Amino acid sequence: MFGSVLLAALPVVIVTGLVSYVAYAPWFGQAYPAHVGWLRLPYFTWPTRPIWLYRLNQGLHVGLGLVLIPVVLAKLWSVAPRLWAWPPARSLAQVLERLSLLSLVGGILFEIVTGVLDIQYWYAFPFDFYTAHYFGGWVFTGAFLAHVTIKLPKLVRALRSRSLRRELRTSRADTRPEPPDPDGLVAAEPAPATLSRRGALAVVGGGSTLIAVMVAGQSIGGTARRVALLAPRGGYRDTPEDFPINQTAAAAAIMPADIGSGWRLTLTSGTRTVQLERPQLLAMAQHTAALPIACVEGWSTMQTWTGVRLRDLAALVGAGHPSSAHVRSLQRGGAFNQATLQPNQIRAPDALLALKVNGTDLPLDHGYPARVIVPALPGVHNTKWVRSIDFRDS
Amino acid sequence: MRHRLAVIKNFYGAAPLHLLALAVCFALAGYATSQTLSAPHWPWIFVWFAGAVIGHDLVAFPLYALADRSLVRALRALHRSPAPTPPLVSAVNHVRLPALGAGLLLLLFLPVIIQRGRPSYTDATGRTQQDYLGHWWLVTAILFAVSAVVYALRLGRALHHRRAPGDDPTPL
Repeated sequence: MFGSVLLAALPVVIVTGLVSYVAYAPWFGQAYPAHVGWLRLPYFTWPTRPIWLYRLNQGLHVGLGLVLIPVVLAKLWSVAPRLWAWPPARSLAQVLERLSLLSLVGGILFEIVTGVLDIQYWYAFPFDFYTAHYFGGWVFTGAFLAHVTIKLPKLVRALRSRSLRRELRTSRADTRPEPPDPDGLVAAEPAPATLSRRGALAVVGGGSTLIAVMVAGQSIGGTARRVALLAPRGGYRDTPEDFPINQTAAAAAIMPADIGSGWRLTLTSGTRTVQLERPQLLAMAQHTAALPIACVEGWSTMQTWTGVRLRDLAALVGAGHPSSAHVRSLQRGGAFNQATLQPNQIRAPDALLALKVNGTDLPLDHGYPARVIVPALPGVHNTKWVRSIDFRDS
Repeated sequence: MRHRLAVIKNFYGAAPLHLLALAVCFALAGYATSQTLSAPHWPWIFVWFAGAVIGHDLVAFPLYALADRSLVRALRALHRSPAPTPPLVSAVNHVRLPALGAGLLLLLFLPVIIQRGRPSYTDATGRTQQDYLGHWWLVTAILFAVSAVVYALRLGRALHHRRAPGDDPTPL
């Protein structure tokens, strides 16, 4: 039963993880890990519609991943007696299969541990999270495929051996032990049942529901964020002035001098250069769009942004059909102080260099004097404290 | 052909598909592993990978199995000593389930609850982790309170049934 839930849900977690890698446009050298060999989906242009695409993708990857933890623990609990089976293996096949279980169990636990620590910013491990989580995911995926291939007939037999409907009507008093099985998973002398089978399902389902309530709000936002009491980005109410960020201006070492009246936006295309002050940008045609910031860590927030369309800025510097736009931040260090946009992310009518959010000037932590906001773009590529945009033609 | 397959099956101990599936598994694991060998501190990835298995199978699992076994035994002993009759409603799941829920949340959100990674949390969010411990206690209190209310309701119903003549007094 737990196995069939994992069989249906884990592929969603795996695929959304791989899709997220493509969403970072790795061909611009801006996805982590930088080199993955053959271990990736075929590249495709990440779309700008629907605007909630990346929000949904990461909400599923992180949210579903967390919700499945009780199911994984229950699954491991249900097969724990096999760990001590003696002799450990009776044939070459069993030796190899038990080795593959190290990849399977180690893989899922490693992905859970690194993922859970990463979304809470506790980098207790010395290695790079992206490298470990990405390749750890592949180790698990291989073992998962093998395990499903080998065990699928057994899963079908087990599901058929009992009627779910009848189990849901069986109380604890009527719960009887399983008949002895060839794998030795059934206790030889079972103690009286303290929980019915439907009770066991309810406990695991209840644990998953509890986690869902605790984290869903950080992806939904607004009042729901208040309910997500333990989510790293939950427990408080979103307001137009106070909504999540992924890095403070202080952490990015943005100096007051950088963003004062001396700030200029530098636009370049080939040999042409245009410099604009903030009042000049405000004097251009303004466009307003409700767009989410959606983080790879699973949280997101929907806000109303106002600013100049990126395609208008491209036209201003004479870039007709740029094949990419390289955006740089005032932030000096850090892996995400720049990002390259695809052509569709420059052309999209809602792709903005935002100057305001919810009708007021951008707060400093949200990227004042100007930030990029592009529909469906991974959050961290919406560069804040923008210094320059280079529109490139290939 | 059929004979040859039988020979393989006899020697290997399973169908050829079994071997093929595992070959794919090990090939992927090997290739993925080779990709990490240029990463800084890569040996630590293996340490954490093995640590995850050991931490679950040899530490966490025995601990929670022991805790659960102790709870069941303690409650049984409690009932056995003064009263010869079994309890009307078993309390075990009314302690076990909220404890399991609270424990699960503590395990999952331990870093924010005990304020680990404080500088990177503040750098990323502009907020502090101070509220999380209180939030965890709040959720824990709600879980135990709901469980206690349900226990009281079940006990009330059981007492009511026992008073009704001709009813079977067996516990739920």
